[in-house]
Amino acid sequence: MRGRAGRIWKKYTGGSKMAAAGCAILALWIILAIAVPLFGPWSWSEQNAEIRNQTSSLAHWFGTDRFGRDLFARVWYGAGLSLFIGIVSALINGGIGVMYGAVCGYAGGKTDMLLMRAADIISSIPSMLYVILITLVMGAGAGSIILGLCVAGWISMARIVRGEIIRLKEADYACAARMEGIPPLRILVRHLLPNAAGPILVNLIFLVPQAVFTEAFLSFLGVGIAAPAASLGTIIQEARSQMILYPYQMIWPLLVLCVMILALNMIGTAVEEKTGGRRGWSE
Amino acid sequence: MTAVCREGTMRRAGEERMLRYTLKRMLIGVLSLIVLATVTFFLVRIMPGSPFQQGGVSSQVVEAVEEEYGLNEPIFTQYLNYMGGLLKGDFGISYQDPSTEVAEVIKRAWPVTASVGIAALAVSVLLGTGLGILRAVSEKRAVREIISGAGMLAAGIPTFAAAILLLLLFSVRLKWLPASGLLSPAHYILPVTALALYPAAVISRLTSNALSAEMGKAYYLFARAKGLGKWRAVFTHALKNAYLPVLNYVGPASASLLTGSFVIESIFTIPGLGREFVGSITNRDYTLILGLTVFMGAVVIAVNLATDLLCAWLSPETGRAYKKADGRQRK
Repeated sequence: MRGRAGRIWKKYTGGSKMAAAGCAILALWIILAIAVPLFGPWSWSEQNAEIRNQTSSLAHWFGTDRFGRDLFARVWYGAGLSLFIGIVSALINGGIGVMYGAVCGYAGGKTDMLLMRAADIISSIPSMLYVILITLVMGAGAGSIILGLCVAGWISMARIVRGEIIRLKEADYACAARMEGIPPLRILVRHLLPNAAGPILVNLIFLVPQAVFTEAFLSFLGVGIAAPAASLGTIIQEARSQMILYPYQMIWPLLVLCVMILALNMIGTAVEEKTGGRRGWSE
Repeated sequence: MTAVCREGTMRRAGEERMLRYTLKRMLIGVLSLIVLATVTFFLVRIMPGSPFQQGGVSSQVVEAVEEEYGLNEPIFTQYLNYMGGLLKGDFGISYQDPSTEVAEVIKRAWPVTASVGIAALAVSVLLGTGLGILRAVSEKRAVREIISGAGMLAAGIPTFAAAILLLLLFSVRLKWLPASGLLSPAHYILPVTALALYPAAVISRLTSNALSAEMGKAYYLFARAKGLGKWRAVFTHALKNAYLPVLNYVGPASASLLTGSFVIESIFTIPGLGREFVGSITNRDYTLILGLTVFMGAVVIAVNLATDLLCAWLSPETGRAYKKADGRQRK
């Protein structure tokens, strides 16, 4: 691997096999999630009463569900939606968390104390409540679930960034920058944050599986994505009522979900080990 | 002589600082609880729908009942009434079932949730620590790889997925274990396993990472050089120092285990707090939602406080660091 991308890859993963495997699986998952609903012969939402509850066959690789919908198309459509929600909410949470944490860490004193206590309080309210509230007010769907995930999801990132900034701001180069009269915002963005890139990246990667996890969990409880749209959590929930008769309807989406989370965790763990960044899935 | 004196004064100063820190954290805990109750109170009121609106009930009846419960008064008066009751430890009565008090619901559901939670906590701490130590100490590459692989797998399966798979395998297919309720010890096995899997994976990883770091330090190498066996050196010296980060995770994790998992309780039909909570939201049972949220919030805040104090108490350095930078970084 050459060039800038290759250097970045080496710097953050150490060229580890685990990261490569994780990325390969993730890429495959993304391709399938886009290609299957677009080019596949079956629609993810069209019902067909003649082919209900069929097990795997050549025509329907994952079988069909109780409305005669092709599970292969459905599962990949759901995987795409889950991944989309995970990535978007991780980016939003990461952005908010970095800004909040950086301000707290750099300002210090009373500002820091007040802002962090506010964060403590937000994180102590069960997140179910917000999500249900938001879905009731805004209607169930990807938008409200992302909003719900973002109410409290940024706090872990804020805590990490704050800790890093507190550690870094007394470094010689930061003092030198201050003495030169460089404005605080510029010091933060140009000098401190790039030095905290390792832990930020690790946390950002791990925010994705966490969000996928939470979304699946909420959809499973019936407060997430509403029909006809379907995420992996919804598909698992739909299969639940007849899981004794047709367990395969639940096992396929579960498998796709678990492999997806595993791939994300593998990438994250490799970056974590290489950069010495802390707390991935282990927090 | 002077050295002894100075040490005494330093210790006293340290104790005083610890006491101040404790009081400060407790005050913050109480404040968080008040804010939590306030925010939840208003959040619940914004939710569309009324606790008494059900099919076939006329709007006059709904209004009459709302008046009886004081729901037509200005929201601020309602808020003051509720908070006043809360101060006296009165959670009010359930709107859905006026014959039961919210406190009774909590009293009934919490022991159920807590018994499952404590069992899961014990399993995850024992299993996690054991495997973590084994991974750090073992010289066999295969052992280390298997443990980290299993850990990553366990962390990759969502709790509800693990619960369903266990249920399908052990009670539907093999019929070895009961699928629902909590009547006998055998009923505990599946929900506890499903709950303990993720924290056990995290604990084993944290333990082994921290232990590996400790095992490179001078004091450990010195202990080994003195002729102390590997296991003894780990158990008597390294583990004590390695366990602080683990404790920092176990605290908040135990708080969430003690307040119950919505999904596990719904999958295994366990009559605990999580199930009551989900039910109360669907029923718009204002007082029950509020009471349960405040109660769970109180447990979470209390356990986090206890963890922080324990960590600060165990390590004077943490105490100092806390005072200086409040370097708290956890979920």
